[in-house]
Amino acid sequence: MSTPVITTRNLTKHHTRENFRVVALQDVNITIQEGEFLALMGPSGSGKSTLLQLIAAMDRPTQGDIRVLGQDLSVFTPHQVAAWRNAHVGFVFQSFNLIPSLCALENVELPLKLTKLSRQERFEHAETALKLVGLADRMHHFPRQLSGGQEQRVAIARAIVTDPNIILADEPTGSLDAASAKEILTILSRLNQEFGKTIVMVTHDAYSASFSHRTLFLRKGEIMAPYQKPA
Amino acid sequence: MGIPLTYNLRNLSVRRTTTALTALGIGLTVAVLLAALALISGLRAAFASTGSPRNLLVLRKGSTSELSSTLTEETYRQVLYAPGIAAAGDGRPLVSLEIVTVITLPKPGSMSGQPITLRGLLPAGIEMRNLGLEEGRWFQAGRRELVVGASVARRCPAARIGSQLRIGNSDWDVVGVMDAGASAVNSEVFADLNQVAGNFNRREQFNSILLRSDSETAVPGLVESLANDPRLNVTAQPERAYYARQTASGAPLQNLGIMVALIMSVGSSFAAMNTMYATVSRRSSEIGTLRVLGFTRSSILFSFLIESVILAGLGGLVGCLLVLPLNRVTTAVGNFTSMSETAFRFHVGPEIMLAGVVFAVVIGAAGGFLPARMAAGKEILTALRET
Repeated sequence: MSTPVITTRNLTKHHTRENFRVVALQDVNITIQEGEFLALMGPSGSGKSTLLQLIAAMDRPTQGDIRVLGQDLSVFTPHQVAAWRNAHVGFVFQSFNLIPSLCALENVELPLKLTKLSRQERFEHAETALKLVGLADRMHHFPRQLSGGQEQRVAIARAIVTDPNIILADEPTGSLDAASAKEILTILSRLNQEFGKTIVMVTHDAYSASFSHRTLFLRKGEIMAPYQKPA
Repeated sequence: MGIPLTYNLRNLSVRRTTTALTALGIGLTVAVLLAALALISGLRAAFASTGSPRNLLVLRKGSTSELSSTLTEETYRQVLYAPGIAAAGDGRPLVSLEIVTVITLPKPGSMSGQPITLRGLLPAGIEMRNLGLEEGRWFQAGRRELVVGASVARRCPAARIGSQLRIGNSDWDVVGVMDAGASAVNSEVFADLNQVAGNFNRREQFNSILLRSDSETAVPGLVESLANDPRLNVTAQPERAYYARQTASGAPLQNLGIMVALIMSVGSSFAAMNTMYATVSRRSSEIGTLRVLGFTRSSILFSFLIESVILAGLGGLVGCLLVLPLNRVTTAVGNFTSMSETAFRFHVGPEIMLAGVVFAVVIGAAGGFLPARMAAGKEILTALRET
């Protein structure tokens, strides 16, 4: 785990909401290594999701810079950012965000529509991803026919189907019961340990954070340094 | 590659009621347009199939219609022996001197009756028009007998075989119904030339001469020689060209129909727009998700625009189905050239239905563009937050 895949320097993000300036992130400096499983914790509004969104290039920083896989995405055009995100990032949402009108297989296949794979290849990749998350027997089910845990597993399959370098998970167990949450965390852990995926996960839950290698704490947009006990 | 079409098709089928109602609204607009187009198409077919390519219609020089033309028997005798005229089987020249006038037949539900063209002609005129009999027999020379066109018989119960019609001061017997196919001749009544001339006291005034050239290639030459003959003072034109110009009688109705359809299309565009705005609003988080997965703004715009076009295309098909029952329905329109009614059949052909679907697609594209642009313009985070 020696190659940095994500580095930020004085990363700052402000939002303007109804003439009020809100500081989401302030001078964040972090480095995430390849193959690392990092948890981001902190109270609501601490900037965890904002940091995730900046890593995924879903938003642009107000100040500072961020490099992901050695790239400064601020110089990319919107088309280039979209293509880059499709190829290198898999995103898992708290509320799954599956497309209701598509079955599990079609949902997982969606990111591959932007690649040069043939129809048959896309279906094979999607099938493989669904088997990996243990849903081979649910390929043709629609989201409304799946449980919450199953939906999130489909979402993970969709996130990994393009074989991305980085998986970003925003409270992936937030909408799940304990048993389903553990299934999801186990899958994420396996993706990290067996397949070497770099994972950054936002969570409120200490148990979820325990699956990670390292936890960073944020408060009011800043990384909190770990408490150093006096000698 | 963009967002799969399955996504759009499934979303249309999920909201069945909204899809059906919007499609029906667009369908009604398309049906109005197609009815107008079917009218003019049927009218064109009626006039286009009237006449033979070798037949020439001779009118007095300066006249644009048979009703306004006056010819004498002397002119007829001179034309009879003009070179280049075909002969019948018995050697007689195929030339028919004709009187055209308008009579009024009783029509159910109409106080004023129905104006119909009465044509007095010679037997050569029947031969040149390639007419068959649907019922009964042809009139006999010297007798006050009528043969009515099939459309006249259908629309005027008083003009059926065996009935008697009062024309002027005489009673005429209906002895036959002629079948002229789809041509405008089906809207006329034929009788013996001399009987018509006597009935209307027009023994010196005739309207037109129909003659047949001995070949199609000889037609232009015959037209020119007749026009240049100083003794005759006539013009000749192909019979088909004369009838083709009468299609203009349907223009006011067609233009009215098209105008109404265009006005309705504005409303239909707004209906499509309304439906798509609601769709975009409801699927905001899906839009955000698709953007996160890597789909670009242009693919989002294209996807929603396609969905609007498909929805409108469904409306186009509905419009085609609504107008299909009109196909081959017979009606009549006032003909300003003959001052009588011309019966025709609405013609809803593949080209007209295609025009309807294209019209619907344009409505869908026009109505769907702004909502699609709104969908494409959403920022990722804003779209994800909206539920």
